[in-house]
Amino acid sequence: MNRAERETAVRRIMERTPPRVPPDLHADVLRRGGRMLRRRVLARRLMWLLLFAATVAFVVWAVTARPWVEPPSQTTPPLTSW
Amino acid sequence: MGQRHAAQSARRAAEFEAFVAGAGGRLLHTATLLTAEAPEDNPRARRLLTLALAHTYACWDRLRGEDPYDRARQYLATRFARGVWHHYGAFPRLRSHPGAPLARLGPQERLVLVLRLYEGVAEQQVAALLGMPMERVHAICDRATATLLHPPRRPATASVGAKVAPS
Repeated sequence: MNRAERETAVRRIMERTPPRVPPDLHADVLRRGGRMLRRRVLARRLMWLLLFAATVAFVVWAVTARPWVEPPSQTTPPLTSW
Repeated sequence: MGQRHAAQSARRAAEFEAFVAGAGGRLLHTATLLTAEAPEDNPRARRLLTLALAHTYACWDRLRGEDPYDRARQYLATRFARGVWHHYGAFPRLRSHPGAPLARLGPQERLVLVLRLYEGVAEQQVAALLGMPMERVHAICDRATATLLHPPRRPATASVGAKVAPS
């Protein structure tokens, strides 16, 4: 028995008893798939909202704290009379 | 705009329904072979099939010309492979139905054999999908074929289970 014959025999064994497809399969799939889609959309929206909130918070903090301005010196007094 | 959107979603629903009608039977047969349940009593295979088709439905718009059948089959196979450890691992909770055609084989052997011979997926793709070297896929397929065609004398379910468990 060569390889091709063996494979054909195995295929025949596997194809012997096809199961019956349940009639409510499509409705079930739509229900589950729709739920999956809705969850994904919700998660995406939530992510964008979070990103937006983080950006706004950062901008507000940057404008109020101005981290790019050199802080006033604490150790040496400013030179005034030269 | 609204009308066009509605028409598009109606077309999408019709396409998906046609896909389910066409592919459902074959995918259910695949799933039943994988779970080694009886053809008329296959709750786990149905569950696998529903999950795979629901996943395909959820990414239907992002397929971009990819074959939806291929996508569903991939999901089915990986989902089954992930569940194998929980269902059949160190303490097998599920026994295969003695009337199923592949009842004599272990879950991994069933997976490889069904993908290779029933679904006709190439060896390289099976190897990539299951994350194992090609030689191993080849060896498992050969061993499963031999077990199926020349069943050992003694009841081999226990020894097959033990052989597959460590992987």
